[in-house]
Amino acid sequence: MEQVLAFTSSLIEITTVLSIMGISISIIMLLYRAIAGPTNPDRAVALDTIGINLMALAGVIAILLVTTKFNDVILLIGILLFIGTVALAKFLEKGVIIERDVD
Amino acid sequence: MSGTWIDVVLDLVICLSLLIGTFFILSGSIGILRFPDVYARLHAATKSSTLGVAGIMIGAFFYLYAEYDIVSGKLLLAIVFALLTAPVSGHMIARAAYRSGVPLWEKSVKDDYYAEVQHKRQKQKQ
Repeated sequence: MEQVLAFTSSLIEITTVLSIMGISISIIMLLYRAIAGPTNPDRAVALDTIGINLMALAGVIAILLVTTKFNDVILLIGILLFIGTVALAKFLEKGVIIERDVD
Repeated sequence: MSGTWIDVVLDLVICLSLLIGTFFILSGSIGILRFPDVYARLHAATKSSTLGVAGIMIGAFFYLYAEYDIVSGKLLLAIVFALLTAPVSGHMIARAAYRSGVPLWEKSVKDDYYAEVQHKRQKQKQ
């Protein structure tokens, strides 16, 4: 029983390191699209997905470091990411973020 | 660690959900890198990254439950938040891309939004 528990806890560590490697490769591939995307909406899509990958990376690091302090960080990244993406989309569409109707 | 078989099953569930989440995030990133068009890239971006972040958050939730006996509502709230905001931001980026004149892929066969945009522009001119 003790051996099985030790085996599964080491399995969790190996899986966590594998997940960190996979998410890092994914962020590097998205960084290529964010720098060399043909148009500006391509860059916006890549930045949005980089933010979602950062949420996942914070969750995996919280497992690796055995702590509960990262839960607020995950929520904060999500909220700021949504506001940033909406502002970026409005800027791409109209050239301004906050519209003012004069008449 | 009380040392019963339920801990072993919980550990296996954590490993499986972490692997599933990493697979979906990686495949979505490959889709963004390889697809030919903004409108095709948005499919890969929103759906598969939402599924991937949901898998990893479920893994972190079960790990906190197994290690500390904590039911963390914030991680479940992160899943709900990603599920709500990803389609909205994807739709806004697609609309901004179409209205700022990004062309479709040359092998696209159908463009239903074109007539609507032309109609709206004519109505604005009058």
